[in-house]
Amino acid sequence: MKEYTAIKELPYYEELDFYKKQKRIVLQNCGLIDPEKIDDYIEKKGYQAAAKAITQMKSKEIIEEVKKSGLRGRGGGGFPTGLKWQFAKDAEGEKKYIVCNADEGDPGAFMDRSLLEGDPHKLLEGMMIAAYAIDADEGYIYVRAEYPLAIRRLKKAISQAEELGLLGENIFGTEFNFKIHIKEGAGAFVCGEETALMASIEGKRGTPTSRPPYPAQSGLWGKPTNINNVETYANIPFIIDNGAEEFNKFGTENSSGTKVFALTGKIKNTGLVEVPMGLSLRDIIYDIGGGITDDKGFKAVQTGGPSGGCIPAEQLDLKIDYDSLKEIGAMMGSGGMVVMDEDTCMVDVARFFLTFTQSESCGKCTPCRLGTKRMLEILERITEGEGKKGDIEKLEQLGKVIKEASLCGLGQTAPNPVLTTIKYFRDEYEAHINDKKCPAGQCDALKGSYVIDEDHCIGCGQCKTVCPADAITGKKQKAHTIDPEACISCGACAEVCPVNAISN
Amino acid sequence: MDKIELSKVDTILDDHRGKKDSLITVLQKSQNELGYLSKDTQKYIADEMKIPYSKLYGVVTFYSQFHQKPRGKYIVRVCEGTACHVRGGDKVLEALKDELGVDRGETTKDLLFTLEPVACLGACGLAPVVMINDESYGRMTPESIVEVINEYRNKN
Repeated sequence: MKEYTAIKELPYYEELDFYKKQKRIVLQNCGLIDPEKIDDYIEKKGYQAAAKAITQMKSKEIIEEVKKSGLRGRGGGGFPTGLKWQFAKDAEGEKKYIVCNADEGDPGAFMDRSLLEGDPHKLLEGMMIAAYAIDADEGYIYVRAEYPLAIRRLKKAISQAEELGLLGENIFGTEFNFKIHIKEGAGAFVCGEETALMASIEGKRGTPTSRPPYPAQSGLWGKPTNINNVETYANIPFIIDNGAEEFNKFGTENSSGTKVFALTGKIKNTGLVEVPMGLSLRDIIYDIGGGITDDKGFKAVQTGGPSGGCIPAEQLDLKIDYDSLKEIGAMMGSGGMVVMDEDTCMVDVARFFLTFTQSESCGKCTPCRLGTKRMLEILERITEGEGKKGDIEKLEQLGKVIKEASLCGLGQTAPNPVLTTIKYFRDEYEAHINDKKCPAGQCDALKGSYVIDEDHCIGCGQCKTVCPADAITGKKQKAHTIDPEACISCGACAEVCPVNAISN
Repeated sequence: MDKIELSKVDTILDDHRGKKDSLITVLQKSQNELGYLSKDTQKYIADEMKIPYSKLYGVVTFYSQFHQKPRGKYIVRVCEGTACHVRGGDKVLEALKDELGVDRGETTKDLLFTLEPVACLGACGLAPVVMINDESYGRMTPESIVEVINEYRNKN
C-alpha cells in the first residue's frame, strides 16, 4: 500500500479559521457526499434515526425526545418544535399532513437551498420521523420555483427512497405508510408564512388567514397539519440518533443546538456557517468571517432579512440566540446575516428592505398594505433630500401600529429594519432631514458634485473620457477640474481614476 | 384559442383531472408550453377544471411568475438614468420605439422583443446603455442601436 505523509504547511479542514468555531450538525454532509446517491447518505448513518424511531420508539417517546432537545423552529419564529408536534398529535382526525416550508425568500439567505441541494435525504428522513410521530401518512415540500436544482435533487431523492421502500407502504416492515409530494411556488414571498403557504399548496391565492385555528388543528384542507422549516426537520435525525442530551450540549439554555447563517455583505469570508447558539456576533464576523473587506470600519449587521433588524457595533458581543436578538429589536429570522461597513447608508438600507416587503405585501390586511406604503413614501422622501421635521416620529408611530395590527408575520415584522435603524442610527436620519446630508455618501440626491484633488491628479484624462456630462476639463499631464454645475454625481470618474484622486 | 394550443393544454389537464391541489401546477405547465396565459387559455382551464374564472384570474394575478401578455424572446432594457439622459438616452429610446413599432412595456408582434425602460443600470460610464437579456451595450446612438437590433433579428 502506498504511504501518504501529511504536508505540514497545509492545515486540516477543522484547523482553518473559517471552520474552527463551527459545529456542523445540519450541514454535516453538505459538500462531502454526492447528494444524488442515496448510498452515500446511508453510508453516513443515513436513515438509521428513522429506522430507530419507526421500529423501536412510540410516537410519544419521539415527541418527548424532541421536546427535551429544546429544538425551536429554525424558520425564524422559534416556536418549540416538540410542542408543535404534540399539538398535531393530539388533534383529532383520521387524516393528517406533514408540510415542509422550503419557500426561502429572504434576500441574502440560502441556507435551505444548500441543504436541499447538498443533502436532500436528511430532510426526507426528518419528515418521515415527524410523520410517524404525529400519525401522518402524507407530506408536502413547498419549494420556490427559483430553486430548480433543489427541486430536481429532491425529486431524485424521493424516487430513490421509494425504490428502497423507505417511502411508501409498510416502511421498515411496520404498519407505517408515508409518501411525499413536491409543490413548486409561483413567486410570492408571503407564501413563506405558514397559512399562506398551505393556501398556495391548495392551489389558491397565497394569502394568510388569521390564527387560531392553528395548522395543528385545521391546516391543509382543514386537516391537522404539522409545518416546519427545512433546517428544523434536518435537525431531527441527529436528535433521535444521539439523544436530546447530546443535542443540548450545544447552544444556550433556551436556544439549544446550532444555527446555520448565510454570511454575506462587506465581509472577507462569505458563505454558510453553522455555529452553536450563543456564539457572539464578534466571533462570527471576525473569527469566522475574517473581518470587514478592505479592513474598513464595521457599522452594523443585519439579521433576519426583511423581518429582522440592524445591530450596531455596541452589540457585537451579544450572544446570539432567539431571545437575545428579539430583545434588541432584531430577529433570528431564517438566518441571513448581512454585514455592513462604514460606507453603508442605514436610511437607504431601511428603504431597501421596506421596498421589498411593501411590494410583497399580499394586500389582505390594511395595516400592512397601506402602512408599509406610507412608511416607504416617507423613507423615499428622506433619501431624496426632502425629509421633514417629524418624519422620524411618524415612522416610529406607523411602525408600531403595523407591528401590532398586521395579520401575519410579514406585516408584524416589516417595520423592524426601519425601527432598529432609527433606534441605533438616529443621527443618520437626522443628518438626512436636517442637514440634507448622507453621512455615508450613498444617497444620490444628497451627494455633492465630485471634486478632483489637484495634488494627486496625474492628468491621465481617463475621467474626462468616461464623464457622461462632459463636465471635466484639463490638459494632458495637468491637473483636471470638474465643473460642479455640469456634474451629475454619477461617480463614473471616481471609479476609473487610477490614483483615487476624485471624491465627493 | 387555436387547436394546437388547445391540445397542449388538454394533455396537461389530463394528468391533473380530479386533483384538487393542481391549479397552480396546471397554470405553470400551460405557461411553459404556451409562453403566457391568454384570457382564452385561462377561461378554458377554468371551465375544464370546474372552477370560477374569477378565482383562477385571482390566482394568476397574485403570483409574479404568471404573465397574461406574451413576452419577447429578448427583453430590451433601456436606461433612463441621469447619465444616460444627458448623453441622449431618450433619443435611443425613441429610435427603439420607432424601429420595433412598440411603446414602453410592449412586445413586438413577432414576439422577439419586449421594450422595458429602467431607472438606472448602474453603468453610467458607458452611457447611454441598453441591455438585451444579459448582454450590455454601451455608448449607443439612435443609429447603432438599430444595428444591434438587426443582429438579433438575423439570429432568428
